[in-house]
Amino acid sequence: MNPAFSANPLTDLDQLTQYPFMVNALAAGTIVAVIAALVGWFVVLRRESFVCHTLSVMSFPGASGAALAGLPLASGYFVFAVGGALAIAFGSRVSGRRSATQESAVVGTVGAVALGLGFLFLSLYGGILESVETLLFGSFVGISRGQVETLLVVALLAAAVLAAVGRPLFYASVDEQAASADGVPVRALSIVFLVLLGLAVAAIAQIVGVLLTFALLVAPAATAQLLTTRLRWSLALSVALAVLETWVALTLSYFTNEALGFCVTTIALVLYAAARLHRGLRR
Amino acid sequence: MFALPFVRNALLAGSLIAIASGLLGYFIVLRAQVFAGDALSHVAFTGALAAAAAGVDLRIGLFAATVATALLFAALGERARADDVSVGVAFAWILGLGVLFLDLFNASSSGGSGIVGARALFGSIFGLSGGEATLAAAVALVLIAATLAIARPLLFVSLDPAVAIARGVPARLLGSVFLVLVGADAAEATQAVGALLLLGLLAAPAGAAHRLTASPYVGMALSAGLALASVWIGIALSYRIAPLPPSSSIVLVAGAFYALSFAASPRRLAGVLRWMR
Repeated sequence: MNPAFSANPLTDLDQLTQYPFMVNALAAGTIVAVIAALVGWFVVLRRESFVCHTLSVMSFPGASGAALAGLPLASGYFVFAVGGALAIAFGSRVSGRRSATQESAVVGTVGAVALGLGFLFLSLYGGILESVETLLFGSFVGISRGQVETLLVVALLAAAVLAAVGRPLFYASVDEQAASADGVPVRALSIVFLVLLGLAVAAIAQIVGVLLTFALLVAPAATAQLLTTRLRWSLALSVALAVLETWVALTLSYFTNEALGFCVTTIALVLYAAARLHRGLRR
Repeated sequence: MFALPFVRNALLAGSLIAIASGLLGYFIVLRAQVFAGDALSHVAFTGALAAAAAGVDLRIGLFAATVATALLFAALGERARADDVSVGVAFAWILGLGVLFLDLFNASSSGGSGIVGARALFGSIFGLSGGEATLAAAVALVLIAATLAIARPLLFVSLDPAVAIARGVPARLLGSVFLVLVGADAAEATQAVGALLLLGLLAAPAGAAHRLTASPYVGMALSAGLALASVWIGIALSYRIAPLPPSSSIVLVAGAFYALSFAASPRRLAGVLRWMR
């Protein structure tokens, strides 16, 4: 197959969808983009991109551990992601308060230990290095119908949880002390959010790979929050940007054969830089 | 075990890298900049792959990439403290760039890419030659000296930026110099423990030191000491237990120290010290 890009969008669309794997990739990419943008919007609001990155790294020991134990890979992803989320949630509070210093140390250590474990599992398993690359950087090529359906279930679940805790979570994220004084269960909410983030990241990392998951989580939401301060607009914009970035990146990657991860992150960076520039010029 | 040259090389380079990482890590944790440190250590991966793709010495790629990114982070943030989100976005792109270089490298040479990739990601402390170990140790010594030289003003700026600036301490310059030092350390440690595991030496010993003492100079010494102990115990463990990779054992020991610091509160520790006297 040697798809060539033409000026006619209809022929391009025909070419894009002529293989079932591309249809699955587009469907999975869209679901991933929507859920990443929604969860990521809160990640950016709460300044938790480091946590987000660390949780996506959890899939490395998850996958290699599951391979070693002979379990399905997905179970390893979810166990390690949730375990990491809980460790971070409980380790990063000093006498009941969020402490920036300890949080950054705990998150870093959890990430480093996870990678150390992953590397150990891998060497015990005697795995092949090429699979590490796929694990770290993902591949849209091998997505099955079943994976798309699992992803959809996780996405709906995450959206439902976000819809349920969205309002108090927003309050707690913007002003933790005021929320706490108003009787909002700040601590419980932060744990719920971290576990939700762990689940979402585990689902996404299975598709786009460990290292690039958080490009989709952080960049569109950060761009949207730079462009507008209105709540609903910025949520909607974040979803729109994530979906757009995924589609354009998939198309680019399909027609030019460049690595998908490179396409996604480059588009995300260009849009974010443009938003920062726009904001800088308006001041 | 000490008679073997590869173990001696590993101990020489590993010890000095550990002390440098422990000292820098103390400030990284104090300034809540572990994310930037993590990003810099991943940048080292991109740099190594770029050098591999271009066919130049890996170390040139490592140092060029990390120092350039450190300067970028310094430029992005206020008072040279890049915020969470801009680090995240820049970091994601640099990883994407790494994927591109990996592809280029795979295209330009058949095979061998897995080895370069794995070495950059996870390091190979037992694979250092005598010359490499000496060079790594020398660079680490320079880093230690530079960190100690700026320790006092950096501490002031990190703890109370407003007062420090009012007293004429160049906060922005110090922040940038500090990030460049971390970048150089990341490039350095990548050779020993790997880009992905450096974080263990930067975050865990320093996190434990911050938990155990509030005194900055004791904390710095403790952080460097714990990092050093992690490397020694890690190397010994991995030497005795065959399938345990040295990078994993070093990071796991460092993580165990940090976990223990949660159990040992300063008050309990003071009690133990009094009892020992």
